[in-house]
Amino acid sequence: MLDPEEVYIPLDRWIQVGIEWVADHFRPLFRSIRWPVDELLNVINGTLEAIPPLLLIALFGGLALWLAGKRTALFTVVSMLFILLLGIWLETLTTLSLIATAIVVCVIIGIPLGILCARSDRAWGIIRPVLDVMQTTPSFVYLIPVVMLFGVGTVPGAVAVIVVAVPPLIRFTNIGIRGVNEELIEAGIAFGATDRQLLWEIQLPQALPTILGGLNQTVLLAMVMSVIVAMIGAEGLGLVVLQGLGRLDVGRAAVGGIGIVLMAIILDRLTQAVAERDPRAHSGKARIGAALSRLFGSGHRQAEGKLEASLDSKN
Amino acid sequence: MISQAKTDQTDRDISTVTDRIEIRDVYKIFGRRKEEALALVREGKGKSEILERTQAVVGVNNVSLSVPKGSISVIMGLSGSGKSTLARCVNRILEPDAGQILLDGEDYTKCSDARMREIRRRRISMVFQNFGLLPNQTVIDNVAFGLKLRKVPLAERHKKAGEMLETVGLSEWASHLPGELSGGMRQRVGLARALATEADVLIMDEAFSALDPLIRTEMQDELLRLQNTLHKTVLFITHDFQEALRLGTKIAVMADGAVIRDGTPQEIVIDPGHDYVAAFTRNVDRARLFDAASVMSESPADAQGGRFVLNDAGEVAGWQDPVTGAVSEGFLAVRPETTLIEIAGAAARRRGPIAVVDAEGKFRGRISDEALLAGIAGAKETMKGSRTDA
Repeated sequence: MLDPEEVYIPLDRWIQVGIEWVADHFRPLFRSIRWPVDELLNVINGTLEAIPPLLLIALFGGLALWLAGKRTALFTVVSMLFILLLGIWLETLTTLSLIATAIVVCVIIGIPLGILCARSDRAWGIIRPVLDVMQTTPSFVYLIPVVMLFGVGTVPGAVAVIVVAVPPLIRFTNIGIRGVNEELIEAGIAFGATDRQLLWEIQLPQALPTILGGLNQTVLLAMVMSVIVAMIGAEGLGLVVLQGLGRLDVGRAAVGGIGIVLMAIILDRLTQAVAERDPRAHSGKARIGAALSRLFGSGHRQAEGKLEASLDSKN
Repeated sequence: MISQAKTDQTDRDISTVTDRIEIRDVYKIFGRRKEEALALVREGKGKSEILERTQAVVGVNNVSLSVPKGSISVIMGLSGSGKSTLARCVNRILEPDAGQILLDGEDYTKCSDARMREIRRRRISMVFQNFGLLPNQTVIDNVAFGLKLRKVPLAERHKKAGEMLETVGLSEWASHLPGELSGGMRQRVGLARALATEADVLIMDEAFSALDPLIRTEMQDELLRLQNTLHKTVLFITHDFQEALRLGTKIAVMADGAVIRDGTPQEIVIDPGHDYVAAFTRNVDRARLFDAASVMSESPADAQGGRFVLNDAGEVAGWQDPVTGAVSEGFLAVRPETTLIEIAGAAARRRGPIAVVDAEGKFRGRISDEALLAGIAGAKETMKGSRTDA
């Protein structure tokens, strides 16, 4: 009856035609999506490459010391020196820029979307199934539409990384805000908070550890995807591995792999340390903490005092 | 009709000027089919019938209560009685589905969001059962929270919060996190936060229920002490009848969303008026609740012929013995507000007739041994304020 060799539903052709149609008719849209990613990637990559390697290693070591302590700092410095000596320094910087770009865009998209989901059941009802599909789809599969819509190269690679890495941040932001103790919300309302004050004074600061946990997931997914996008021509450590495999140069591929593993460990440790940070530590950590909490609005006292003083002087 | 109703309301506002908050015919329904449920509850249908027919739960059922200015009014009820729901209707954390709530005569149940925020920021504040403190903010920032929402500058709000911390005795804890404090101390912070906004109405929702018994008593004393100087209008929610008796100038007992009895603590203990309420009053330590005024007889003479001799100023000159006719100064003088337990203690140390004397030294009444014992034991007929039909 039904011949297994025969195609009855030409889905492949339909998709092909559909994507071509979208690519033809929405070209300006995809160009305008591409543009900020491209610019950001260039700025970050240019900056990283302009810094002398040893200075950059020292900066990363310092950051690790502030956020996570001596052991992680030591690990960071040794690993990065090793990467430098392996001769894959520029590739590593490219991968790092790819990840950094993806994180910036993910934060800009993911946190507001997460807040929206937490505040509106309807929005969550729409976004949740989309996230489910996105997270069950193998990251490999994203490469096809990205190539069709954005072409090949590092910038389309960054777009694919963003698409793969953003769902956990949306989910964690949503969960974090919804999980804030009901009595704290009631206290906010009872003392006359506006919706905005409720968000900035209570919900975001209380949800911050969860949101940062989501950021950690996003960073790790971005790291993984930054390797996979080598298949659509994105440069970086992934390309080293891919080229090594293509030429049956196992040594070269292994070197790329080592670089990836070391960077992944460093990024994981650093973002975990941020997520587990003591909100009131008075050590050197507090300065980063103040910067972060200002970023997320939890209002570190000193920083806020200055801000308010400057606002007062304006009035 | 409408103008008629308005006039009535105005008249009533003038007559009830000592009530800071007045709750009128308030209903709160939880569920989707509110209108339907509201109609049924107004017909007098029971809670379970309404639940069955509309899947709606009646949280507050036609409650009218007045909260007098400058005193502690207690709403007492077990869990599920609707007391916390009612409290949340008062500052509209929950929206009442019908009825009015008036603050100094202004019905704010239909007011704008901005006006409601203004009321919450300046007039009505709240103390929570589990304190509701921000764990990542220091004690002083927590106390200053309400002022921050009002955009009071940092220096000014810390100054005010510092004063409030001093009031509750926690000055040296200002820069600690709430997590470093004990439960009782945390609730003092919660209290200081509520006081810092200078709101004159305080809603205290099971404020001391999460504390262990000793600390709870201590906090009750603290509240009474603060109330002596601050004279806030307090709406205190509790499931603990003893707490209600200790704190309340007025008590309303709630069950199934409705107020089933309200009055002064003494009125309720003398006449519970309801089996449900009687279950609470049965174990009340009457000797500590009732005072001399509630058991005294105004006549200076007793049935055996003994009598207090008064001078021209109305002061007690002495006790005339019924047998010998001699006037002696061997009598006990107590104030009208002295509790029965104190009188009994004094009477045990020193036998003799008991005179009730006011602050100016004037004779107010006489307490016989029988009346004292009956008052402690709870025999109704000797108590003032008891209803004759009871």
